[in-house]
Amino acid sequence: MQKKPLVQVKNLTKTFHLGKGMSLKAADQVSFEIYEGETLGLVGESGCGKSTTGRTIIGLYQPTSGEVIFDGLNVHQASGQERIKLTRNMQMIFQDPYASLNPRMNISEIISEGMALNGLYKGKERAERVIELLEMVGLQKEHAHRFPHEFSGGQRQRIGIARALAVNPRFIIADEPISALDVSVQAQVVNLMKNLQREQKLTYLFIAHDLAMVKHISDRIGVMYLGNLVEMTESEQLYDKPLHPYTQALLSAIPVPDPDLEKSRERMIIEGDVPSPINPPSGCVFRTRCPVAKEVCAQQKPTWQEVEKNHFVACHIYQ
Amino acid sequence: MEKLLEVDGLQVAFKTHGGTIQAVRGVSFTLHKGETIAIVGESGCGKSVTAKSIMRLIPEHIGKIVGGKMLFQGKDLAQLPEKEMREMRGSQISMIFQDAMTSLNPTISIGEQIMEGIIRHQKVPRSEAKRQATEILQLVGIANPESRLKQYLHQFSGGMRQRIMIAIALVCKPAILIADEPTTALDVTIQAQIIELFQTIQRKTGVSIIMITHDLGVVAKIADRVNVMYAGKVVESGPVREIFYNPQHPYTKGLLSSMPRLDADRNIPLSPIPGTPPDLFAPPAGCAFAARCEYALEVCRAHQPEETQLGSKHVVSCWLQDPRAKKLITAQQSPTGT
Repeated sequence: MQKKPLVQVKNLTKTFHLGKGMSLKAADQVSFEIYEGETLGLVGESGCGKSTTGRTIIGLYQPTSGEVIFDGLNVHQASGQERIKLTRNMQMIFQDPYASLNPRMNISEIISEGMALNGLYKGKERAERVIELLEMVGLQKEHAHRFPHEFSGGQRQRIGIARALAVNPRFIIADEPISALDVSVQAQVVNLMKNLQREQKLTYLFIAHDLAMVKHISDRIGVMYLGNLVEMTESEQLYDKPLHPYTQALLSAIPVPDPDLEKSRERMIIEGDVPSPINPPSGCVFRTRCPVAKEVCAQQKPTWQEVEKNHFVACHIYQ
Repeated sequence: MEKLLEVDGLQVAFKTHGGTIQAVRGVSFTLHKGETIAIVGESGCGKSVTAKSIMRLIPEHIGKIVGGKMLFQGKDLAQLPEKEMREMRGSQISMIFQDAMTSLNPTISIGEQIMEGIIRHQKVPRSEAKRQATEILQLVGIANPESRLKQYLHQFSGGMRQRIMIAIALVCKPAILIADEPTTALDVTIQAQIIELFQTIQRKTGVSIIMITHDLGVVAKIADRVNVMYAGKVVESGPVREIFYNPQHPYTKGLLSSMPRLDADRNIPLSPIPGTPPDLFAPPAGCAFAARCEYALEVCRAHQPEETQLGSKHVVSCWLQDPRAKKLITAQQSPTGT
């Protein structure tokens, strides 16, 4: 099956200037494609640049260099009509269900704002659409006139999803959409997202740090470390045969809810902390914590290459 | 094993403008010497309130222990005067929190913060306190402890701060360490380091640990026994293998099956627990989980379930364990042939 890339991220770099001549490269030469209808997971620890990458893709940040192409359109150079078309097709779901909904707007206003801006549905149709969306995400029509504080975290996240769906987007970036929720509620939201994807033919970029949940929802997964994409492949492959030493360490660090397995498992614990992104290590950024680092790792940045079919990795071991 | 702490029927209530919240509604468990017990549950289930009550850290004008006993070294912590309780905190029972940045003082060097407890409880000269502080920093895995004693919190990373908090908690060699979500704010690779540290420390010092967490992976890794809490009560408790491989309470089963596993087939949908926990301003008359439970019977909504002993210290509070319920279920199932 020939898959069509919906989003192409090409050498995306985003540098934040911190003043006093200091700068922080939050995403460094990140390149990947997201295919129509798939879920691409992006994982990594805090500060690895996964959220920056997501926010730059949707145009919340201007990239320092590189480009993002959405269905043939350059996201950061689009203007006028093109820009409107893009915002309608790309939507975002945020991590904090408390901070991402305006407390002074009721649910109907929150959900219909995007429709109003895009001139979608008029009058009565719009009100009907709000109810349809609420029911689609597992809420009821009575909820339309309530305010965000009247809902639980899980319900608010459903409202955030309904808002994103309101303009019939093709692509949704979900930035840690379940991290703030309780375990039992996380599963509710993930199942909802999976069902909606099937019904609405959506493409997701799912950003999270919980590798088990990411593996559950994603077709392919990209692993980031300190602003760099270090590995990307199909979910099963990433779990069965991780190539990058960081991916291996990450998988091994996650405790599994299985006491016998936990007691018998040899754990690969990497020492130390993630270095400061303001002053990252030379060469490969992971080399300071890497158990198999060689001399070349300090001198040269490893190149991003396809070592097996659909399995990309940036590591000197495989070069 | 020697019993160290016996919590019996603990009840804690908070007064708010909206009424009284019954946060903990009769929690009982025993902590033995040298073991680790985990208290798991979702936000608002009362796990942190239980922990803070053992330390008596809830200000009296906000929340009160309204019932139950907490026996430690022959004394009831629930009744102990504040003056005696102050002697207990840090020297006998210590607690660490989720966020070191807000739990420790950013304007005092970490050396002073570690030494404070030593001087307060052991009444030793500063030089001796400093020696002990250096030693404990080494134990928790901080390199160059002598020079780091002079540093402040912002000069440490998240994982290091957690190590410092553990050092402060352990420096007076307490019998019990209560850890309230100690790894929740940490990245997984750092979490793995801290969990390893807990295990090393327990091996070296024999401290008993009460681990409060919502992460079942952490529980599987570290706990000897588990208490599962829901809406202010322990609904199931038992040895860690029993809880994971033979869960009996529908809530425990629900928690386990709503978590994705790395080694699971991703085409099988997760089975979440529908709905949300009950309002503790007005807790339900019957089992608090009944409203979300797919097996709920009429009796569940009307009456609190009794505890059922399932052998090897596995205890569950659920009406489904009642022989009459089992008969009822078989009767309901037989006509459909299942």
